Amino acid sequence: MANDISFTIDGVEVAAAPGQTIIEAAEAAGIYIPRLCHKPGLEPFGGCRVCTVKSNGRPCSACTQPVAPGMVVENDTEELRALRRDLVELLFVEGNHFCMFCEKSGHCELQALAYRFGIAAPRFDYTWPARQVDMSHPDILVDHNRCILCGRCVRTSRQVDGKNVFQFVGRGHEKRLAVNAEADLGATDAAVTDAAVGACPVGALLKKRIGFATPVGRRPYDERPIGTDIETAAARKE
Amino acid sequence: MAASHPPTVPQICATFGNDPTRLVDIARQVQETYGHVGPASIDAIGRALRIPRVEVESLVTFYSFLSKQPKGRVVIRLCNDIIDRMHGFDQVLAAFTAELGIGVGQTSSDGITLETTACIGLCDQAPAALVNDVPVTELNSDRARQIVRELRKHMDPKQLVTKLGDGNNAHELVRSMVRNNIRRHSDAEGGDNGAEPRIVLSPHAPPEALRKALSISPAEVIRAIKTSRLRGRGGAGFPTGIKWEFTRAAPGARKVVICNADEGEPGTFKDRVLLTERPDRVFAGMTIAGYAIGAHEGILYLRAEYAYLRPFLEMVLQRRRQAGLLGPDLLGKGKHTFDIRIQMGAGAYVCGEETALITSCEGRRGDPKNRPPFPAQRGYLGLPTTVNNVETLCAVTKIMEEGSATFCEHGSKQSSGTKLLSISGDCLRPGVYEVVFGTPLRRVLAMAGAENAAAVQIGGPSGQMVGRDHYDRTICFDDLATGGAMMVFGPQRNLLEVVHAFLDFFADESCGFCTPCRVGTVQLKRLIEKVMAGRGEPADLETMEQIGRTMKTASRCGLGQTAANPVLSTLKNFRPVYMGLVHTDPDGYRRGFDLEGAVRTSETLTGRASIHV
Repeated sequence: MANDISFTIDGVEVAAAPGQTIIEAAEAAGIYIPRLCHKPGLEPFGGCRVCTVKSNGRPCSACTQPVAPGMVVENDTEELRALRRDLVELLFVEGNHFCMFCEKSGHCELQALAYRFGIAAPRFDYTWPARQVDMSHPDILVDHNRCILCGRCVRTSRQVDGKNVFQFVGRGHEKRLAVNAEADLGATDAAVTDAAVGACPVGALLKKRIGFATPVGRRPYDERPIGTDIETAAARKE
Repeated sequence: MAASHPPTVPQICATFGNDPTRLVDIARQVQETYGHVGPASIDAIGRALRIPRVEVESLVTFYSFLSKQPKGRVVIRLCNDIIDRMHGFDQVLAAFTAELGIGVGQTSSDGITLETTACIGLCDQAPAALVNDVPVTELNSDRARQIVRELRKHMDPKQLVTKLGDGNNAHELVRSMVRNNIRRHSDAEGGDNGAEPRIVLSPHAPPEALRKALSISPAEVIRAIKTSRLRGRGGAGFPTGIKWEFTRAAPGARKVVICNADEGEPGTFKDRVLLTERPDRVFAGMTIAGYAIGAHEGILYLRAEYAYLRPFLEMVLQRRRQAGLLGPDLLGKGKHTFDIRIQMGAGAYVCGEETALITSCEGRRGDPKNRPPFPAQRGYLGLPTTVNNVETLCAVTKIMEEGSATFCEHGSKQSSGTKLLSISGDCLRPGVYEVVFGTPLRRVLAMAGAENAAAVQIGGPSGQMVGRDHYDRTICFDDLATGGAMMVFGPQRNLLEVVHAFLDFFADESCGFCTPCRVGTVQLKRLIEKVMAGRGEPADLETMEQIGRTMKTASRCGLGQTAANPVLSTLKNFRPVYMGLVHTDPDGYRRGFDLEGAVRTSETLTGRASIHV
């Protein structure tokens, strides 16, 4: 479809197609809007709120808000940077995240965002919740300590794998990821080849027995900050 | 009907046509029949409805009135909101636990479960509890003990009601001890006996309103509502006429009217009174809305706490059908078809948010939806939907009856008409008041016998706390906007306890979908606890403001956007209360760090005590 919608992000003119969300149009134009629960191809979720931008002065999630002609979007402002730092820090203190022991370190989008935002340690109060690790499946492990409730596995399992392995149960601070079985993941039809396993932005869903295939220090976010690929892809086009 | 064999789970599912959009009703009935929705029931429902079992589990674990664990035949839910706490909640709870010999969340060997619950809409007769569906009010420790002893004899909550309340509370289909407490300005000593507008609370609802609406075109009905400048009474204040116009203009032949009777904002109980005393006004308003937007179906979403009103409301609906006020041909005019069904909630404050309410009507956990699309475009089952508050719909009926001009005689340009207030707390005359928009807070407090108030929470926990220097402000959309709750706190109250109770409420009632609300509420609660314990530092107040701002800006729905208000409004209006409790350590130590707390677990595990210098 023709890119006949024109709007601005931080003053930069962006062309977009009707039906695109702000985050999609921004990405195509080489502008990175930080995000966690958003994954191209999955239905928009709007849960992590890291992609919060202001559209004509009103806050909204860039992953759910469709573009409109003449829309004025603020993205990289001090107010929104502070807000995103808060959200990432809130996620850190909500769970139990020990980057130094985590196989996902260097691949982890939560960790990478913290580095991109210059977060050394959260200012908020660690809650150290007691959470479970589900090792029941022969090839996949679920570490609830690291789950940030982004719903990427839930949506991927349904939309891409054509299964319903994951869903949330409970509400508020008791909300957690559950599986489609009374017992645990081992009792579901989850397979290691499911796209859902790779959809996790953190180390909550991992494949067993392939740890540390890429040495720490040479992993994607060890080398370049998260979002760089989006920013440089457009630069190369020019 | 023989009661010996309760329906099986598949039979219950079949009653609802094995329709996944009726999952809330199915789960409610399984809960009622078997005392819980356990793993086997979850499996059976999933099979019957052809949905993944985890979807059923997701719903069951979302709503407070549903449970995976077995509960007793009788469940006592004692309301724990701040007003009940001020009126003896602790003593009543102690009496219940002592008499039952169990703690909160437990079930006695003879099948009585004790729980606490958020506001049940009875703050004007607190402390109150629900025993299954039956409200018991104005409790004290003696009455609590007596309730347990009586239940042990008959296990029939209905028999606990000995003295019936006023008005329709005494109706044979209600038979409740609840009182309406509809107050008049002149109740106050020296109160003026002049003209008291009764708009929403008009005594009767003749079929005139609907007849007049049907005699003009839907567009003219919408024009009349727009001319009246009626704005939504639930709190957000969106112009009703414009909402209807959007819904009417949205493409699609099938549209829906939903009445939001999920009155969950703590301290609010005016909708309970309207549903008890003015149900015809509510249903007439829904029918008029249906005609105006081109909808043939209406849903009254009734909060689980008001289940005791359901048989009565079903009777009113049936009576209206018989009178031609609902059904295939309204008033025999060959112009419109409209009917209403009641959708029960299952205990979730967030379902008062209109998109969460719609999700709940669809038989799912009450997570709010992303906007856009707005309900007027794609709401219930993807159909154009208008959601209006109970009070708004009562006002609609009055506007049709008497015309927009009469309605606009009261109030101001931005806030026309009247507002119902639910007043409770430290006042002599708690109850429901109808005041003209623009009435100063001071006058409202005088009516309620609350001249001595030190602080007033306007609009419930999601609203704002104001002090004496705000009493000349007025009740209206431009100044003190409110969905109707007004909680009064005398000088003897600790405001931080109030703030803490509100945060506790929001942390429990957050749906958990988005980060700022799910995590922010817990963080704010911990910070308030730190300040109350005397370990707070001035920097903690800045952190609270920072988290509060982020919640306001980044949260996905109105719940999260307002959940920090208890903190933000007291930090703004009552800062000295906080400043008196926070200290900077002269030696630079971080007083906030609770060393004893930090080593407590390891002390327990090792069986050794640490030495603290």
